[in-house]
Amino acid sequence: MRSKRFERIAQRPINKDTFVRPWPEVGLSAAHSPFDPAPSLAIRDGAIVEMDGVASGDFDLVERFIARHAIDLGTAERAMATPSREIARMIVDINVPRREVLDVIGGCTPAKLVEIINQMNMLEMMMGMAKMRARRTPANQAHVTNRKEHPALLAADAAEAALRGFAEVETTVAVARYAPFNALAILVGAQAGRGGVLTQCAVEEATNLRLGFKGLTSYSETLSVYATERAFVDGDDTPWSKAFLNAAYASRGVKTRFTSGAGAPALMGHAEGRSMLYLEARSLLVTRAAGSQGSQNGSISCIALPESLPEGLRAVTAENLIAMLLGLEVASGNDALASHSEIRKAAKLMLQFIPGTDFITSGYGAIPRPDNMFGGGNFDVSELDDWHVLQRDMRVDGGITPVPEERVLAARLHGAKALQFVFATLGFPPITDEEIAAAVEAYGSEDMPDRDRVADIDAAQRLQHGPMTVLEVIAALDAGGYDDVAANILEMQRQRVIGDYLQPSAIFDARFRVRSALTDPNDYRGPGTGHRVEGERWAELQALPQAWEPREWLASLDAGGGEPWLEEVGPAQPGDGMEVIVAVGPAFGRALTRTIGGLDHRDVLGAIVDGLKEGSVAARIVRIWHTSDCAFIGHAGAQLSGSGVAIGLQSKGTTVIHRRDLVPLENLELFAQAPNLDLEAYRRIGYNASLHARGAPAPPIAVRSDNTARLRLIVQTMLLHRRETGEVQREREPTEMRRVDAGSR
Amino acid sequence: MSQRGTEPDEERAMRESIRTGSGRRLDELTIEALRAGRLAPEDFRISKAQLDRQAAAAEAAGYRQLAENLRRAAELTALPNERVLEIYAMLRPGRATAAELRGVAADLQRQGMPRVADFLLEAAEAYAVRGIAKAD
Repeated sequence: MRSKRFERIAQRPINKDTFVRPWPEVGLSAAHSPFDPAPSLAIRDGAIVEMDGVASGDFDLVERFIARHAIDLGTAERAMATPSREIARMIVDINVPRREVLDVIGGCTPAKLVEIINQMNMLEMMMGMAKMRARRTPANQAHVTNRKEHPALLAADAAEAALRGFAEVETTVAVARYAPFNALAILVGAQAGRGGVLTQCAVEEATNLRLGFKGLTSYSETLSVYATERAFVDGDDTPWSKAFLNAAYASRGVKTRFTSGAGAPALMGHAEGRSMLYLEARSLLVTRAAGSQGSQNGSISCIALPESLPEGLRAVTAENLIAMLLGLEVASGNDALASHSEIRKAAKLMLQFIPGTDFITSGYGAIPRPDNMFGGGNFDVSELDDWHVLQRDMRVDGGITPVPEERVLAARLHGAKALQFVFATLGFPPITDEEIAAAVEAYGSEDMPDRDRVADIDAAQRLQHGPMTVLEVIAALDAGGYDDVAANILEMQRQRVIGDYLQPSAIFDARFRVRSALTDPNDYRGPGTGHRVEGERWAELQALPQAWEPREWLASLDAGGGEPWLEEVGPAQPGDGMEVIVAVGPAFGRALTRTIGGLDHRDVLGAIVDGLKEGSVAARIVRIWHTSDCAFIGHAGAQLSGSGVAIGLQSKGTTVIHRRDLVPLENLELFAQAPNLDLEAYRRIGYNASLHARGAPAPPIAVRSDNTARLRLIVQTMLLHRRETGEVQREREPTEMRRVDAGSR
Repeated sequence: MSQRGTEPDEERAMRESIRTGSGRRLDELTIEALRAGRLAPEDFRISKAQLDRQAAAAEAAGYRQLAENLRRAAELTALPNERVLEIYAMLRPGRATAAELRGVAADLQRQGMPRVADFLLEAAEAYAVRGIAKAD
């Protein structure tokens, strides 16, 4: 037997995710495997002879490389002798500067790093990230790809991503031979959107390097590194080949970042019984040993694997933090789909979003999910406003700037047209004006006309293998009048010659100033220090295009008051006989003329009176002046009512049926959700009041319930109530009112 | 090189001292020069001296391994693109014998690239010990 509740819970998106019990022997453990080694280190004659229980003679490739290059022998003995809990506390302690922590960590073995991190809970790790990340100003990276590899759409999307503030834009290919075209499209597009955006095309290493040589890309994060020798060999690389590649990119002025993460070794079948966190600590020490300035980690495409296990997200956050502790730039995942559950996805994001990382995501899909050739993506273009709101809610800089539609469309047009001109000039298959128009307005590639893919691939291969470089692209843009794009791409080439952006965590701001660990070092030392969302940036993050102006809304209510229809007769007297008082608020039909639901006060009052009439009870209208509170309006009315029953009616439409003998905050029936009341509901309120007045049985009125009304209308409610409260005259007695020309409505 | 903590004059002097791999000054890298056909891809190559300078900056800021990489990169500026790709290919598992790697190291040593040469010798030894090198 299955209860309906359990059945419903089982159908929730969260239960489409995978959860398993740990099995450390095969690598299914997140942060604690019984087979993880204990930390140890022995140094003899200036060389490491034993590390984490393995003698140097038995070191595999990874251990040799780490022992040779990663660990700072000058601090190693002190670091290894310091209790792990003490180092963990240094990480969290705002009084210990970042540099001091980096020095101690520089002497730690992989097992020591894990032991340190395993002293820390989530909150402590987030504190550690806020202090230990390299660059003070957080940033974000975008994915720009599409299923059709349509160059105009790539350029338009890259331009938009650049305008939205992404510091890096990454593309890849569905068909490898498109690589040079995709790299070119996002280069031109991004530099049309905002100068200084770093771009890359994730493809096979040799192709990637050639794109860098040609100046078509400015960074590379395709350098995967692994935790074990066998995984490296299966990946067709070694620590030395990756390190050589790293130096090769730098020799051409190209920024690089390594990539690794929890779960990858296990998926490759080479976990060797170790926890994901221990294995990632090894990969990160390889990254450091190779002299990479940074890491893309946080499990990346394997995220669902650690998430299937207990403390999986803790382990993933821990690996971000270890990278930071090693002085590495961190592009902190959140790129691959992390859950079916929006709750889980958002909660996971907060682990990086709140403390801030160098790149909160290592690829936010600035495109629709089906066009994301990186495997779908965790977030996509349709979710940008969710991101904007979170930044505004928390006063957190997540690296994406809200931009009004007209500016986005202008940037998309500029990027696509610039690329069109480059294609025409360099003899590539032409991009038509129809394609440009489609690219500007497109949601995704389904809105784009098909191209001759064979011709595109041929031309892309000519670009790849011919002599052409980015200089021809700049010349074409210059000749075509795309001076700004030409100037930006030229400046990117000049920056390669300078090389400041080879330093850790480097990005460019819109004025091509490098922000890196050297020029913008994270100086977080507790409240009032480090990155604060202030001034111009805070103004940008607040400025949601959909945020409306409450002053204007309130002013708009004053338009078209119409003829007066409710007039004062004189002071209200206590009545006798069978009547119900309809007590209205001080602003009713005067300073306010409509309910929150948009109903005209005249119609509302008419409906109530009709209802009373139907119940054969006389209606008397009274205005209450001394209060704007619905319960007190009703209560005051009841004191005057011949039957003792009154209907209290606030100007925003909230209504109560009251009786003289009740205390003010009691009632017979309350209709608190004014937006859900229509004229029929008001008529029934009148009718039910008549039943109460006559002492007849009155089944409570069931009204439509809509829990979202408050979400939609709470500001309007507050503004309307404020206006009504402004009309209150504390000392004034209730007045008897009369509807003018009541018969005609 | 920075927007904080450095005198603008010093910064300007630093910029003026930068030479491209081909020996040009930064202020020669203009759109006018490009238009006039005076600039070639080599003019946008970073120089050995500039990479050594970046290495020194990284080292001074406490990034020792990054500095080492930048020094290796400084040496690699002297190699043509195709040679860089060849050496990378040889370093992949099972592509070259340890002796072949040592041979490349000797070549690089002769060409004035001692750091990359040492790095290749280290790889040759590690590959030999771990059976990663191509069998002789």
